[in-house]
Amino acid sequence: MTSNGSITQVGTEMQSYYGKPIVKEPVWKAEIPFYLFTGGVAGGASVLHGLARLTGNHRLARSSLYIGAVADAVSPVLLVSDLGRPERFLNMLRVFKVTSPMSVGSWILFVSSGASTTAATLELLGALRPARWLAEALSFVTGPPLATYTGALLANTAIPVWSEARDELPWLFGASAAASAGATAAMVTPAAAAGPARRAAVAGVAAELGLVRLMRRRLGFVGEVYELGEAGRYARVSRVCAAAGAGLLALRGRRSRPAAVVGGALVLAGEVALRWSVFKAGFQSARDPRYTVLPQRKRLEERATGRGR
Amino acid sequence: MPSLGTSFGRGGATTFQQDLQNADCITIMGSNMAENHPVGFQWVMEARERGAVVQHIDPRFTRTSAMATRHVGIRAGSDIAFLGGVVNYILEHDRWFDEYVRRYTNASVIVSEDFSDTEDNDGLFSGWDAEKGEYDVTTWQYAGTQVHGAAGERSKGFNPSATKGEQSHGSHGGGMTHGNPPELDATLQHPRCIFQILKRHYARYTPEFVANACGCTVGEFLAVAESLCVNSGPERTGAFVYAVGWTQHTVGVQLIRTAAIIQLLLGNIGRPGGGIMALRGHASIQGSTDIPTLYNILPGYLTMPHTEHYGGLESYIDVTTAPGGWWGHADAYMVSLLKAWWGAAATPENEFCFEYLPRIDDDNSNYWTVQQMLQGKVKGYIVAGENPAVGSANGRAQRLALAQLDWLVVRDFVEIETAAFWYDSPEVESGELRPEAIPTEVFFMPAASHLEKDGSFTNTQRLLQWHFKAVEPKQDCRSELWFYYHLGRKIRERLADSQNPRDRPILDLTWEYPTSGEIEEPSAESVLAEINGRDSTGKALAGYKALKADGSTSCGCWIYCGVYAEEQNLAARRVPHWEQSATGLEWGWAWPANRRLLYNRASANPDGEPWSERKRYVWWDRDQSTWTGHDTPDFDEQKAPDYVPADDATGPEAIRGDHPFVMQADGMGWIYVPQGIVDGPLPTHYEPHESPFRNALYGQRANPRRQQNDLAEDRYNPPGSETYPYVLTTYRLTEHHTAGGMTRSTPYLAELQPQMFVEVHPQLARERGLEHGGWATIATARTAIEARVMVTDRMRPVTIDGTVHHQVGLPYHWGQRGLVTGGAANDLTHMALDPNVHIQEVKALTCDIRPGRRPRGPGLPAFVDDLRQQALTRDAGEPPQPATRGKRRRTKGSGR
Amino acid sequence: MSAYGAEAKPRMGFFTDTSVCIGCKACEVACKEWNLIPDDGFEWSGESYDNTGELSANTWRHVTFIEQHKSLKNGAPTADALHVDGEVATADGSPEPLRWLMESDVCKHCTHAGCLDACPTGALFRTEFGTVVVQEDVCNGCGYCVPACPFGVIDRRDLPRSPEDAPLALPLLGRKEDGRVWKCTLCYDRLKGGHEPACAKACPTDSIQFGEVDELRERARRRLAKLETEGWNGPRLYGDDPDDGVGGFGAFFLLLDEPEVYGLPPDPVVPTRHLPRLWRSTALAAGAVLVGIAATFLGGAE
Repeated sequence: MTSNGSITQVGTEMQSYYGKPIVKEPVWKAEIPFYLFTGGVAGGASVLHGLARLTGNHRLARSSLYIGAVADAVSPVLLVSDLGRPERFLNMLRVFKVTSPMSVGSWILFVSSGASTTAATLELLGALRPARWLAEALSFVTGPPLATYTGALLANTAIPVWSEARDELPWLFGASAAASAGATAAMVTPAAAAGPARRAAVAGVAAELGLVRLMRRRLGFVGEVYELGEAGRYARVSRVCAAAGAGLLALRGRRSRPAAVVGGALVLAGEVALRWSVFKAGFQSARDPRYTVLPQRKRLEERATGRGR
Repeated sequence: MPSLGTSFGRGGATTFQQDLQNADCITIMGSNMAENHPVGFQWVMEARERGAVVQHIDPRFTRTSAMATRHVGIRAGSDIAFLGGVVNYILEHDRWFDEYVRRYTNASVIVSEDFSDTEDNDGLFSGWDAEKGEYDVTTWQYAGTQVHGAAGERSKGFNPSATKGEQSHGSHGGGMTHGNPPELDATLQHPRCIFQILKRHYARYTPEFVANACGCTVGEFLAVAESLCVNSGPERTGAFVYAVGWTQHTVGVQLIRTAAIIQLLLGNIGRPGGGIMALRGHASIQGSTDIPTLYNILPGYLTMPHTEHYGGLESYIDVTTAPGGWWGHADAYMVSLLKAWWGAAATPENEFCFEYLPRIDDDNSNYWTVQQMLQGKVKGYIVAGENPAVGSANGRAQRLALAQLDWLVVRDFVEIETAAFWYDSPEVESGELRPEAIPTEVFFMPAASHLEKDGSFTNTQRLLQWHFKAVEPKQDCRSELWFYYHLGRKIRERLADSQNPRDRPILDLTWEYPTSGEIEEPSAESVLAEINGRDSTGKALAGYKALKADGSTSCGCWIYCGVYAEEQNLAARRVPHWEQSATGLEWGWAWPANRRLLYNRASANPDGEPWSERKRYVWWDRDQSTWTGHDTPDFDEQKAPDYVPADDATGPEAIRGDHPFVMQADGMGWIYVPQGIVDGPLPTHYEPHESPFRNALYGQRANPRRQQNDLAEDRYNPPGSETYPYVLTTYRLTEHHTAGGMTRSTPYLAELQPQMFVEVHPQLARERGLEHGGWATIATARTAIEARVMVTDRMRPVTIDGTVHHQVGLPYHWGQRGLVTGGAANDLTHMALDPNVHIQEVKALTCDIRPGRRPRGPGLPAFVDDLRQQALTRDAGEPPQPATRGKRRRTKGSGR
Repeated sequence: MSAYGAEAKPRMGFFTDTSVCIGCKACEVACKEWNLIPDDGFEWSGESYDNTGELSANTWRHVTFIEQHKSLKNGAPTADALHVDGEVATADGSPEPLRWLMESDVCKHCTHAGCLDACPTGALFRTEFGTVVVQEDVCNGCGYCVPACPFGVIDRRDLPRSPEDAPLALPLLGRKEDGRVWKCTLCYDRLKGGHEPACAKACPTDSIQFGEVDELRERARRRLAKLETEGWNGPRLYGDDPDDGVGGFGAFFLLLDEPEVYGLPPDPVVPTRHLPRLWRSTALAAGAVLVGIAATFLGGAE
C-alpha cells in the first residue's frame, strides 16, 4: 500500500492500478515444468531412436525407445494431474484447433505416447514387427513437434516474457529436448553405441546456452526477470549444471561410464532447471504490471510517431 | 419534518426525484445522494447531462462529489453559517424573485412588537426563560393575530381564547383580513416586517464570515451563491437536496429551515426543477412518520394528545389546528381516524373514543425512553427492524439500557447486536456487563423479509409502492403484520372477560382482518383499505375531501385517503414510463391525492399563468374555470386565482386564490415561522454541542434549547477541548445499510466493504502517526473504538480563524456480529438532541484519534476514563452543565 | 458468427460509460446474484473503495476506484470573474483539484478472443450473439485460457476438496468440486430470454449500456464528442476500434484516463495474431531438431 493512501501517482514514469497485475499468472502447478522436461525427453528420444534404427545402431535404438516410452507414459499423467477436472481429460480430443498449441500438442502427445509405448511394448514382447515399425515411424514423425510445440504453447499467451520470446522459445525447447534425450541415452547406453547421444547432449546444451543469451538480449528489460527471484536462481543452476554436464560428457563421456552417468545427470538437472526458470519467469513477468504496460506504451508511441512521419 | 411543515405546510419532500431532471441547478448539501440514493441519483445525472450545475457542499469528497460539477468542502456543523451567507447574498445583491416573495410568502407580514432577534440579545430570541430552559414563543407571533404552524409543536404558545376574542364572530376565527394577516407592508419596508427582520438577522453573514466559519474560500462560497441566484426567477429553477447530514444536528430543524428560506426567496418552491428534495425513505421511513411509529404524532401528522393542554376532543381540535387551510378540517381527519380504530364503539356521545388515546407529557421520545431505561424505569422493549445497539447514538448507553429491562423482544432476520448484547458486546468484553448478572429476558423472533410478505413502502417522495410476496417465509419467520395482528389477538383473548375500564381501548378496537394460508397471514390489502377509509356504506373513499367529522366516515390516515379509491390498490400500479408522462402519475400513488410536486399552484403567477413557458407546470384554465396541468393541482381545482375569502371564512375557504401554500394558516410560504418550532422563528448559526470552535457571532455558543443530560453514560467532550480536538462526522457507505443487520450478514455486500475504517487526510495522518492500512483508536468521552486507517485526500481539512483543522470520518455500519465485524461508530456519539424532533447530533462532534488498536478487556474503560480526566483538568472552557431531571432535558443558566 | 446461419443475431455487447459511473457496485452484486457466484473473501484492501481487487472466476464485474489530483474538466480556475455555468472560479488558496474515477470492468468479449482461440476442448465458444461463453460441462480446467487473455479476465475456480475448508459461500448448485474456468457470459441465459444482462439492468445511471455493438459504437462516439465539447479532462474510447489488437471489443469503454490507470492494458493484442509466425518458427525448430540430431550420427556409433 502506498504511503499516500489511495492517491495514484500522477506524472511518474508509469501508471498502474495500485501496482496490481494486468494479465493473470497461469494456474499451472509443478506438473507443468516437469512435463516440459519429460515431453522434451520423449520427443528427442524418438528422433534418436528412429535415426539409430536407420543407421543400424540397435543398442542406442533400443535404449532410446524405452527412454522415450517411459517419458511418453509419464507425460500425460503429469498433464492430466494438473487439470482442474482430471476426469475430463478426454475432452482434449473433442476438437483439433490450430489456433491452440495446447490442442495441437494434445494430439501430438496422444499419437506420440500411444505410438512409443506400443512400440516399446512390442519390442519387449518381440511381437508384431510390422506393427512395431508403424508405431516407431509414428513416434519418430511426432518427435520433433513434441520437442518444440511447448515453446509455442508458452509463447502463445499474453505473459510478457513468453509472448515476447516467440521467436526463441521453440528453438530453445528443441535444443533442450535434444540435450535431455541425449543425456539420458548417454547415461544408460554403453559408450560404444552412445556417441550420437553424447554429441546430441553436448550440441543441445551449447545451442541452448546460446539461445538463452539471444532470448535474453532480445527481450530487453522484460527479460530481467531471468535474473530475479526464482527464475533467476533456476536459470543460474541450469547454466552451471548443463555446462558442467556437457563438458564432462564431451571430455570423459566416451571413456568413462561413471563420467557419462554423472555428466548425463548434470545435464538433466540443468534441463529441468531450465524449464523451471522459464516457467517461473512467466509468473514473475505477469505479476508486475510494468512488464505489460511499458512495452505496450512503447509500441503505441512507435506507431504514433510512425504515423506522424 | 417540522422545518418543511412549518415553512410550507407539509412535513415531507416538496418534490419527487424524477423532477430533479428539470432543475437548472441542484444543490446537494447534508446529503451524499449518489452514495445513499444511487437509483434516485440518476435524475441528478440527467440534469447534469442537460447542462445543470450540480454542486455538492460537504465536509468530504464523496461519490456524489465525484459526479458534481463543483464540490465545496465545509466544516461539519457549519451549514447554517453557509446558508445564512447565501440569504445575506441574495438580499444584499437584490437577487430574490420579487413578485413571488411579495405575493406567495409572509415576507410582508409585520411581526409583534414584543419580538427581538438574536442580533439584539447576543444569540437569543425574545422570550427566553433561563429557568425553564425554553422559549415562550408568543413574542414571535404576527402582529394583530395569532397563527398556528402547520407542523411541529402546534399547541405551544397558542392561546385559542386570544383568537376567539379578537376578530371573529363565530368559532374558529382565523383573524385574517381578505385572507391575509391583518398587519402587513406590501412595500417590504416596515422595520418589523419579516423581510426587514430577515435582513437584519443575516446582516453579519458576509462571505468573509462564511469562509472563516466554514473553512471554505470566499470564492467558493460566492460561486455557490451566484449559481443559486442565476438559476432562479421565472425562467430558471433550482432544487435543494438534503438528508440526515442536515437533520442529525442539534440545529437540524433550523438548518433545513435556512434552505426553505432560500428557496422561498428565490421562488423555487412548487415549481418544476425547484423545491426541496428531502431524502429519506430507505424501505419505508417516510411511511413510518406518515403512519407513525413516532410518539408525538398520529397518522397523517395529527398531534398526539397531551396530558395537560386540553381536555376532550373539541378543545384538542381547537388548540392544535389552524382555523384556515386544510388543517381546518382536522376534526374530520381525527374523527375518521378514531372511527377506523374503534369502529362501532366510537360514537358522538363518547367523542368517538377520544379518551382511549394515550397521551404524552412532552418529550417521550426514544432517547428519553432509553434514558429512563438506564434508570431502571422501563420494563419492556420491543425492537423491530432496528438495531439500536449499533444504529442509535451512544451505543454503549443503549446496551447498558437494555441490560436494565425485564424483557426485550427483538424481531429481525439475524441475531443482531441488540439481541445479542447480553453475551456479545464491548461491555461484556470489558467486564462492565456480566451475562449471568443481566436480568433481561431476551426473546428473539425471526422476521420475514420483504420478499416474504405483501405490503407497501412509502419512499422519500411520498410515493406508496406496493410489493407482493414472492416466497413463503421459512420456518418461524413472520411478517410485522402477522406479529402485531396475532399479538393483539392474543392480548384481546386474554383480556376478553376483563371488567377493568382500562382494558376497553384494547377490547373495543376493530381487529378483524381476513387471514390466509397455514400461518394465518393477515391480508395487507385489507389494512390498506382500512387506511384509505370507507364511508358509512362501506365503500372505499376517493380522497380526504370526503372525510366527515360526524362519524360517518372512517380513515386510518387522512393523507393516504384515495390510495384505495374504487377498491383499486393504486399503490400497486406499475405503468411504465414509456406509457405515460414524465410526472409518472400512474406509477404507484403519492400522498396527498397523488400529487407528485407539492404547492404546484406556485408554478403559476398570481393570475394563474405559468411564470414562463419553460417552467410551465400547473395553470388556471380560464375557459374551463379550473386548475390543470402536468400534475394533480395542489389547490382547490375550482378556486379562481382572484378569489378573496371573507374575513370569517374557515378551512380551505379561508385561503386566497393567490396563496399556494394551502396547508398554512395564511396560505403563505413562511420565511419566518411564528409558531411550531421551539428554538426560533429564524435559523441562527450555533456551534454543535461538541465543537472545537467558539461561536464567531454570539456569546450564545450552541443552540440554547438543545436537549442534553447529565447521565454518567452520556458525558460530553468539552467545547474547545484539546483532548478531543478533531471534528468527527459519521456517514454511510453505499455497500452497507445503516446499522448493518441486513448487509453484514449478506456475503455479496459484506465482501464489498469488509472492514470498519476511519478516513483521515494525509496531513492528519502525519500529525498523529497514522499509517494507511494500519489501525487507529478513536475516542470520545463515551468510549473508544478501533478502525483500519484509510488515508485519503477526500477528507479535507478546514482553515478556521487562520489555523488548519482536521476532520475525521467514520462509517457507522459495523458491530460485533455478522460475516464482517468491527467497531461501532455510534459508540462514540452522544445523546444531545435537536429539541423539535429529538434527533441525535451524529454529524458533527469531536474526538481524539491515535495510532494502534484499542485496549481490550477492562483496559478499555480505563483508557476512556483516563482521557476524560485529562480533558477535565487540561481543557479550559465550560464546566459540564448539570441538567434538571424530569420530563424535559433543560439546561440551567444561559444554557451555553 | 456466419456459422450460425439463420440463427445468427446482431452482435450484442456493452458500452460502459465511466463518466456517469457512481461506483455503487450494483453491477457486481446483481451479477453475483443472477449467476450464483460465490463470494470472493472478506479482506479489506485499503485501495480506495475497491475491496474486490480484480476480475476473476468469482468476480465478473469489478468496479475500480482511482483518486487523483486532477480536475474533472479542463481549465484552471481564474482568480477573478465568476463564471456562472458551473465552472468554479475561486480566489487563490483553493484546494487542489480532486477527482475520483470509477469504472465497472468486465470481460471484453473480444472479436478475436485469446481465451477462445486457446481453448483445447472447445469449451469456450462464440454464441449467436457474438459473445464468448464457457461451457461448464465441457471445460476440464486445463487453464490455458487464463494466461491467454490480454486483460487478465478469465480465471479458474479452485475450491478446496474438503467441505470443512470451503469458504463461506452460497450454495453453488452442484458446483461443489470445481476446477473449471469462469467468466462473464454476458448473461447468455438472459439474452436467450430476450432480457438485458443483470448488470445493465441494475445500473442506475446507465453507465452500463447494453445493445447492438454497432449502435453502441455510434452512441459512444457521440458521447465522446459531447464530453470533449464540454471540456472534460481526458475522455477517450477504449476498445471501440475494430482495427485494434483484438479486433475491437464487444464490451468497450469510455475512460477518463489512460487504460493502465484502470489496470487495463494500453495496447492489448490477442496472442493468436502472432500464431502464424509462431507456428513457422516451431516448424523450423522442429526441423532443426531432426537435422541437428541427425548430424550427431555422422560421427559414428561411438
